[in-house]
Amino acid sequence: MNNIKFVLGRFLGAIPTLLALICLAFFLVKAAPGGPFDLERSLPEEVEANLRAAYNLDDPVYKQLYKYIGSILQGDFGPSFQYRDYTVTELIASGFPVSLRLGAFAILLALLFGTIIGTTAALNQNTKLDYSVMFFGMIGISIPNFVMAPLLVLLFSIVLSVFPAGGYNNGAFLNMVLPVTALALPQVAYIARLTRGSMIEVLSSNFVRTAKAQGIPMRNIIFGHVLKPTLLPVVSYLGPATAAIITGSVVVEQIFGLPGLGRYFVQGALNRDYTLVMGVVVFYGCLIIAFNLIVDTIYGFIDPKIKTSR
Amino acid sequence: MKKLSTIILSSFFLLSCGSEEQQECLTNNNEIIVGGSSGFELSDIQVFKKNNGAEPGTLDPHRAEGVPASNVLRDLYEGLVGEKPNGEYIPGAAESWEISEDSKTYTFKIRRDAKWSNGDDVVAEDFVFSLRRSVDPQTLSNYSSMLYPIKNARQIVLGNLEPEALGVYSTDQKTFVVELEEPTPYFLSLLTHSTTYPVHPKSIEKHGASFTRPGNLVTNGAFVLSDWRVQDYIKLDRNPTYWDDKNTTLESVYYLPLDNPDSSLRRYRANELDFTDTTPAEQLPWIRSCLGPELNISPYFGSYYYGFNTTKPPFKNNVELRQALSMAIDRSVITDIILGAGQIPAYGFVPPVKTYSGEKLNWAEWSQQEREDEALRLYIEAGYSSETPLEIEVVYNTSENHKRVALAIAAMWKQTLGVKTTLRNQEWKVFLETRRLKEDTEVYRAGWIGDYDDPYTFSELLHSENEMNHSGFSNQEYDEFLKAASEKNAGEERLSELKKAEKLMLEEMPIIPLYFYVSQHLIKPWVTGLEGNVMDHHYSKYVKILKTETVNSE
Repeated sequence: MNNIKFVLGRFLGAIPTLLALICLAFFLVKAAPGGPFDLERSLPEEVEANLRAAYNLDDPVYKQLYKYIGSILQGDFGPSFQYRDYTVTELIASGFPVSLRLGAFAILLALLFGTIIGTTAALNQNTKLDYSVMFFGMIGISIPNFVMAPLLVLLFSIVLSVFPAGGYNNGAFLNMVLPVTALALPQVAYIARLTRGSMIEVLSSNFVRTAKAQGIPMRNIIFGHVLKPTLLPVVSYLGPATAAIITGSVVVEQIFGLPGLGRYFVQGALNRDYTLVMGVVVFYGCLIIAFNLIVDTIYGFIDPKIKTSR
Repeated sequence: MKKLSTIILSSFFLLSCGSEEQQECLTNNNEIIVGGSSGFELSDIQVFKKNNGAEPGTLDPHRAEGVPASNVLRDLYEGLVGEKPNGEYIPGAAESWEISEDSKTYTFKIRRDAKWSNGDDVVAEDFVFSLRRSVDPQTLSNYSSMLYPIKNARQIVLGNLEPEALGVYSTDQKTFVVELEEPTPYFLSLLTHSTTYPVHPKSIEKHGASFTRPGNLVTNGAFVLSDWRVQDYIKLDRNPTYWDDKNTTLESVYYLPLDNPDSSLRRYRANELDFTDTTPAEQLPWIRSCLGPELNISPYFGSYYYGFNTTKPPFKNNVELRQALSMAIDRSVITDIILGAGQIPAYGFVPPVKTYSGEKLNWAEWSQQEREDEALRLYIEAGYSSETPLEIEVVYNTSENHKRVALAIAAMWKQTLGVKTTLRNQEWKVFLETRRLKEDTEVYRAGWIGDYDDPYTFSELLHSENEMNHSGFSNQEYDEFLKAASEKNAGEERLSELKKAEKLMLEEMPIIPLYFYVSQHLIKPWVTGLEGNVMDHHYSKYVKILKTETVNSE
């Protein structure tokens, strides 16, 4: 019951956050200089007037906002300014599965390898293995993915010809390998460092010493007692990691030419495609709020301390 | 300390990779033999993969704008007039046409065998419907002003007349007549532009706004839309009902929307693309040494220039100063050293096209030293000196190339005249607004690609009433030359009016012409049938893919 109350409370708390996000984004987008009809070939005045009227741009901004919120409540994000044959809802619906696939694989990969590497390093603390693993971890963090991605393509697509250099190809496995790797690498490194630090701390705590003194085999201590508290910081990092993966995917999607949501985010802003950029912001906003909610809930299950403090 | 050494190490790692790519071609060791034994053998798989540079905003020819959309539409639709690979005009959906004595009435005979992709005949009424739709304010076309030469078009766009008043009609099923306001010698060229393409009236009635979706779209060109995944690809398949389908070889064309030239180059190198829309400027030396024969460069109908805001000091009514700044620029440094793709130094505004070779001022023939001496003289005459130097700001849209050009020009001005230049870069839309408002621009970057292959597409930019005249240049004599030109039929007399206009403009120098564009494509050796042309129009129906065999040469 308590859990349901908690989730419900957080859910209701998300509504004002979302509203604030919409208003802020709306005013910011409108405040940016230039507009959707500033084009290299300037429009004749009469044509521009027609277009402005068709998109309700002549109303005062507060009225536009009011209308906009009204229409998103009905699930309608409006027509795109730039992609005139599509509605924003359709564009998000086509882009999101791509970003989701990319992001989900990247997170899974990062979690899997990050925790394995981090655990290995922690168990072999201050040995050569520890140093070399962490050295590569550092490289992973410090090389941004707009450098890593082209290097991967150069090696694996052009020289070795094993993976395609780009394209989505309906999410075929081979096409996903390089983008997922490029997106996951910094996160692998980050999670590895997080796991290592956390595990070293846990390993030196009293209950581990007690367990050792009781003669419990090391393997049982690790899996039975150490792993769960070790992963707590990793779980709480998942929220920010999702955000990082989403923003990181903007770059990766462009480099690999993937039809994801990230490119709409950037291009929508660059083209002053008001409806598209708003749609993506609102969608991302909902997503991040939802994800944080999920992480908080999971956290509650893993860490009883949090449950009781509610 | 540990962190520091890691950073140094990793940056070494990066540097070595970077420089290696510059010097070595880095490919797999497979050699490819093209065309089999005869050299012309065709491949079994006739698929052509092009990078298109961006996602088309729409496939509705009347609402479309920009090069990427035009490229796709050119394959999907066929206008009354077509083009050969070299850009020469040939009959398209019309098999022939007659032009009246006064050049104001064009009568087109539509091909008897011209068909829509659903099997319907292409009839004259389709063109009547389409051109009316194109100028109808309800269509919300960005390009409807292109059609102003057609009788009553302007009044319809303004909303003063009904679309039915447009000067187009059919006299029988296959005869289509257009009446013009004035003789417009470039009218045939307008007919290769997508605003004049026919659309299928019935499918627009049936599907409304979604008539451009795969499955709904009915077209009359050599290809039909088979799949459209936004930001992924557009796939076209050959259109079996096209009247000239027997001469089409390609089965499918893919248009990819990659906007990053580096990504596009990598995918080209990985053989995932056969054709790139452009080449990354920084990689040109590498491309020349490693992909030399695949680089296709040809003159393009575009002009890169700097404009002065002539509505405000210091450039208002100050021809000497404008001339001085123009003469002080060594254009060959920009074209040869900074850009290096074969761009042509410009001393006039209109790139050479067909019968028009453009005007130049006499100083175009001088040596750079002579120009610089004269520039200094004019600069001093305008009231500036090394003690009281001119201080100006150049605004350009953010881009590595524009920045390099701006830096070079600022340095030349500084060296020759002692001008103090501040450079300001702005994001594209911000830049467009700044330039349009003419409030705080002094010198701005600009570029223009002609919409149709006639000098007028450039000349009209500086007409005092043109919305694209960002310099605020307003000269009655200039406007009169343009008016005189538009009232004349094609031929020398008309061109001489345009030449007079260009010469006058150069004497007034409201803009500094810098260079003429070139189109730059990487094309795989197995692609045949494409030729460079000044409008950079390419039709996939001419493309054939040659057979390739891979031989490991290790």
